[in-house]
Amino acid sequence: MFPAAFDYTAPGALDEVLSLLGQHGDDAKVLAGGQSLIPLLKLRFAAPVILVDIGRVDGLEGIRRENGHVRIGARTRHRDVESASDLRGTLDVLLDAAPLISDPLIRNMGTVGGSICHADPAGDWGAVMLAVGAEFVVKSASGERVVPAAGFFEGPFTTGLHADEVMTEIRVPVETGRSGGTYLKLERKVGDFASVAAAVHVVLGSDGRIATAGIGLCAVGAHSIKATAAEAALVGQEPSDEVIAEAARLAGEAAEPKADIRGSAEYKRDVARVFVQRGLHTAIDRAQGEAA
Amino acid sequence: MKVTFEINGAEKSVDVEPRTLVVDLIRTKLGMTGTHIGCDTSNCGACTVLLDGRPVKSCTLLAPMLEGKTVTTVEGLAKGGKLDAIQEGFHAEHGLQCGFCTPGMMLVGKALIEANPHPTEDEIRWGISGNICRCTGYMNIVKAIQHAAAAKTAETAGVA
Amino acid sequence: MAVDTTEAAAATEAARQAMGGIGVSLARKEDARFIHGQGHYVDDVVLPGMLHMVIVRSPHAHARIKGIDSSAAMAIPGVIAVVTGELLAQHKLAWMPTLSGDTQAVLATDKVRFQGQEVACVIAETKYIAEDAAALVSVDYEPLQAITTPQQAIEPGAVVIRDEKEGQTDNKIYHWEAGDKDATDAAFARAAKVVSLETFYPRCHPSPLETCGCVADLDPVTGNATIYMTSQAPHAHRTLFAIVAGLPEEKIRIISPDLGGGFGNKVPIYPGYVVATAASLLIGRPVKWIEDRTDNLISTGFARDYYMDGSVAIDENGKFIGLRVNLLSDNGAFFADAQPSKFKAGLFHIVTGSYDIPAAHIVANGAYTNKAPGGVAYRCSFRVTEASYFIERLVESAAVELGQDPVTTRLNNFIQPEAFPYQSASGFEYDSGDYPRAMKVALDMLGYDELRKEQAEKRAKGELMGIGVASFTEVVGAGKGKDYDIAGLRMFDSAELRVHPTGKAILKLGVKSQGQGHETTFAQIVAEELGIPASDVEVREGDTDNTPFGLGTYASRSTPVGGAATAVVARKLRDKGKIIAAHLFEADVADIEFDHGKYNVKGSPDNVKTIQDIAFAAYTNIPDGIEAGLEGVTYYDPPNMTFPFGTYLVVVDIDKGTGQVKVRRMIAVDDCGVRINPMIVEGQIHGGLTEGFGIAFMELITFDDEGNCIGSNFMDYLIPTAWETPRFELGETVTPSPHHPIGAKGVGESATVGSPAAYVNAVIDALSHLGITNIDMPVTSDKVWAALRSKGVTE
Ligand SMILES: Cc1cc2nc3c(=O)[nH]c(=O)nc-3n(C[C@H](O)[C@H](O)[C@H](O)COP(=O)(O)OP(=O)(O)OC[C@H]3O[C@@H](n4cnc5c(N)ncnc54)[C@H](O)[C@@H]3O)c2cc1C
Ligand code: FES
Ligand code: FES
Repeated sequence: MFPAAFDYTAPGALDEVLSLLGQHGDDAKVLAGGQSLIPLLKLRFAAPVILVDIGRVDGLEGIRRENGHVRIGARTRHRDVESASDLRGTLDVLLDAAPLISDPLIRNMGTVGGSICHADPAGDWGAVMLAVGAEFVVKSASGERVVPAAGFFEGPFTTGLHADEVMTEIRVPVETGRSGGTYLKLERKVGDFASVAAAVHVVLGSDGRIATAGIGLCAVGAHSIKATAAEAALVGQEPSDEVIAEAARLAGEAAEPKADIRGSAEYKRDVARVFVQRGLHTAIDRAQGEAA
Repeated sequence: MKVTFEINGAEKSVDVEPRTLVVDLIRTKLGMTGTHIGCDTSNCGACTVLLDGRPVKSCTLLAPMLEGKTVTTVEGLAKGGKLDAIQEGFHAEHGLQCGFCTPGMMLVGKALIEANPHPTEDEIRWGISGNICRCTGYMNIVKAIQHAAAAKTAETAGVA
Repeated sequence: MAVDTTEAAAATEAARQAMGGIGVSLARKEDARFIHGQGHYVDDVVLPGMLHMVIVRSPHAHARIKGIDSSAAMAIPGVIAVVTGELLAQHKLAWMPTLSGDTQAVLATDKVRFQGQEVACVIAETKYIAEDAAALVSVDYEPLQAITTPQQAIEPGAVVIRDEKEGQTDNKIYHWEAGDKDATDAAFARAAKVVSLETFYPRCHPSPLETCGCVADLDPVTGNATIYMTSQAPHAHRTLFAIVAGLPEEKIRIISPDLGGGFGNKVPIYPGYVVATAASLLIGRPVKWIEDRTDNLISTGFARDYYMDGSVAIDENGKFIGLRVNLLSDNGAFFADAQPSKFKAGLFHIVTGSYDIPAAHIVANGAYTNKAPGGVAYRCSFRVTEASYFIERLVESAAVELGQDPVTTRLNNFIQPEAFPYQSASGFEYDSGDYPRAMKVALDMLGYDELRKEQAEKRAKGELMGIGVASFTEVVGAGKGKDYDIAGLRMFDSAELRVHPTGKAILKLGVKSQGQGHETTFAQIVAEELGIPASDVEVREGDTDNTPFGLGTYASRSTPVGGAATAVVARKLRDKGKIIAAHLFEADVADIEFDHGKYNVKGSPDNVKTIQDIAFAAYTNIPDGIEAGLEGVTYYDPPNMTFPFGTYLVVVDIDKGTGQVKVRRMIAVDDCGVRINPMIVEGQIHGGLTEGFGIAFMELITFDDEGNCIGSNFMDYLIPTAWETPRFELGETVTPSPHHPIGAKGVGESATVGSPAAYVNAVIDALSHLGITNIDMPVTSDKVWAALRSKGVTE
């Protein structure tokens, strides 16, 4: 299987990228790691006129802490998140999710920004970013926007990104307080997309109560889902089995799964519930453990 | 378009259509057939090459993405007639049957022990999980990589 | 003294290793080229002027073709031809015979009958151009109702899929029976208990990592046809090509180079081979066709798709007294099963398995559906896998109903070691076996009793753990030729051995390795029989011009048949060597002794002539009246098949919340008779256990109601990686085959045959106390969850 013919360019500067996108509009496609786009091109599900490879633009890669944020360059590879062990304790969910994305070889190429922009309803980063309350920095020839993850995912492979925009950075707020999180994924084998996955991130206040809670669900709807009712049920609560079970139940209700070869809608909904329940236990244990 | 890169230590400049997949570039244009194709959906790893030392799937790379990069294929493993430790390991431990996955498996194994000289069995199994072998059931592939890791350790100890 | 013996023993052992005879784990001779990336597979073949072919396939499962417009495709520069069924029909090539005596469309003319069916072929200068053009071939279809299950297919009034076939008025293909109905009815009439099981062995696919393909090179001047082809049976394919394409057989040369796995997928002849060959003939240039993975999964030889239900009659002592099985096979749109022509359901009648069941009756029916044809034996000897799965699952059900440990049920009903050769109720004569011994070895390796205790404790806490048992018996190594044939060609096999003057040898075989290590194993047989070190024996296969006729490698027949041929031809040369030795020693032939490559006269063991001396003499100093040379060829027709067996044990833990099954341990005790190269044997078992694991838990080709194939690429057709695959623990017993020259039975498929039932039995063992008695494969987490839910179990 081969792609249909297209033009290709790899500008060295972001401005050039932006002006090319402005010029070609829908005919152009940004190429990052290519691990979603190239398979689509091979299947001829996508047939852009020109690919604009952002692989040569400086400053789009790397993870750093700045101004109360962890800032992840959009072109940072999955494997670089996987090995960013200093995120442990602050953003456990990122570290737990990264190694579960596709397989080790794809992780060597695929990028965080590419995954978010691709917006596969079964893509893992979407749910994670919803759980941690990330913001996305996007640029076009006409300027920069900072878009919150909540609301960014609009449907299968559809986001609030415009055709002339490039995502440059993902900003994850680092809250003060003890935090913990994790990512649970049901996959049929390594390299499989999620049948169901749940991202969980909690921050405990100094009183031991849940100060913030983030829950993102993957593969159980037309796009990654933020389980807001479940989150709300946690905030301000003393962690307990009951509180967790109730939040998990609400998260299960937030899921909008469809039956397919991977299982019935009831099955997926229940696994979402089970994962959120297990995930919250782990996240809270981790947050509490940090104090000890 | 013209693309210039280094492959197995030699610099190459080729003229290709942008849509050319790296696996086809290597197999057809460069005539090195050790890199294989086993699927259409980036799932099998038969096409694995090292890109700047890291294993990637060459069926999911466009030729122009190689510009200025370094590629290693199975043909680049043996040096001056001497087998790489990973090749020795696969032979000694019966890590191959039909041989179709073998080039990819060896390259992944080599990169793995370079990054992690003393991998556990779990680390090896995890590390090769992007590569499918239909024949061996992986038991002897794991042993082959362990064999190579041990040989490398012994070699380094010998030198030191 | 003691030191001497150890030294002598060490020396003997060193000599044995150097010789590389039977029982030595010799590192493989073929490895060198593969580890250098120099394996030579079909897609590596490049010929001057070579064109590339891509197949245009039907998106519909069932549709009438109203027209094909290839003008847009032809307009692309670099496109040479678009071949359609109509064009082939002009050359009488639109249809071809199948291995089961049916016909199959090469390129569809009237209707398409499955999604993915071959409709047209584009031939172009490069594969990229061919694919661009294929996307532009426009086919006008009138969709028809699709039939996707054999149950629908055999309903009265169902749309007739094969309406082009004269006399075909419904979708039934065959009806076949084995065993004795009356005796079985009588057994059931007096049974104390009857236990039944209804189960489905779903469609799966061998999908070797290398797909199928060919390079056809027909020389328009000489008329020579050289076809490089992914073929497990090159000689049979040459003959079939001669018949299908009407080419003179002496002009056809099939070369099956290195194969990247086969597992049955490369036994049939596919339309792609035929069109590429025809196109090369018409265009006068070589044509390469290589499937992509989707082509492979949606159109070439699938496996299984058997619906089975049956019962075992049990007497008051817990003894099995009768077995009934009904099966309905889904054969897809063309009956293209690769199996012996007399046996429409292959060797399914091995279904009595390892048990002494005095009466059995099997009824099999097959149906056409709007699905891909194939029915190959995915690492299996002609439907033995389905049979083995059925009986081992049924015995599990029987144990549950009898309230017995499944090991007890088996021990109570095994054919006993002294009963061999054993005549089974369905018509086989089992050569040898010791089932209780294999069971005992496996139980000891596992620590069975301890694990049963752990299971009880876990169960008390509400945790789910299961131990699965399967004690399979296979039947492999077909022929004999009188009873077993493929498309009329008798299932013997051949070996030609030439010992050169310097004592080095070349062995040419009719079988064809796909990774099994023939270049090593067969050299070891020669080493054992003739005393020529395995390193001095070159093994050649897969080129019909340069190897003797044979039926090929599948159904675990290489060692039983090709291996026997090798031993026999080596013995022939050994005997000729005696005549030459007698001449050299000036002794009587009757007085010549031979031991591992050394000839001597009785009573003077120290004065020896080596096989190398003899080989040299065969060309330089031959006695009068004896032909020069040391060469021979044997066509071996086995007197019976062989019956490998074993016991497999699996331990699983089940996650109640997600339904996920984790295989904690997997013990495989195999008895394949004498092991020629134990390392290679173990490798074969590892591979088979992994494929069995895949089949049990993830591999599936299924279809929606419209006949769209689900499982058409490796995103959906799931093959286990190193991460999921269990860590196997292997054990062995050795019960030689009494009729095989070296006592070997064949092992390539035992593990795929025996293991699926062990895996599934483990899951059922974890759940049976809840009243869950069956989950069909693949046992996916959602099915386990649903079963638990139906019993009110939840996290
Ligand atoms: C076999 C396989 C298994 C996989 N399994 C998983 C999995 O389990 N979980 C998972 O989450 N993913 C999985 N993926 C997808 C993988 O993670 C991809 O890497 C990721 O989805 C896309 O990242 P990329 O950098 O490769 O993007 P590309 O493929 O280069 O681009 C993807 C899309 O995003 C756009 N894009 C990329 N970067 C930007 C940017 N900076 N600004 C604007 N638009 C941009 C592109 O135009 C394109 O439309 C799998 C992929 C494969 C091939
Ligand atoms: S060919 Fe299968 S992953 Fe590249
Ligand atoms: S050795 Fe055949 S696929 Fe691995």
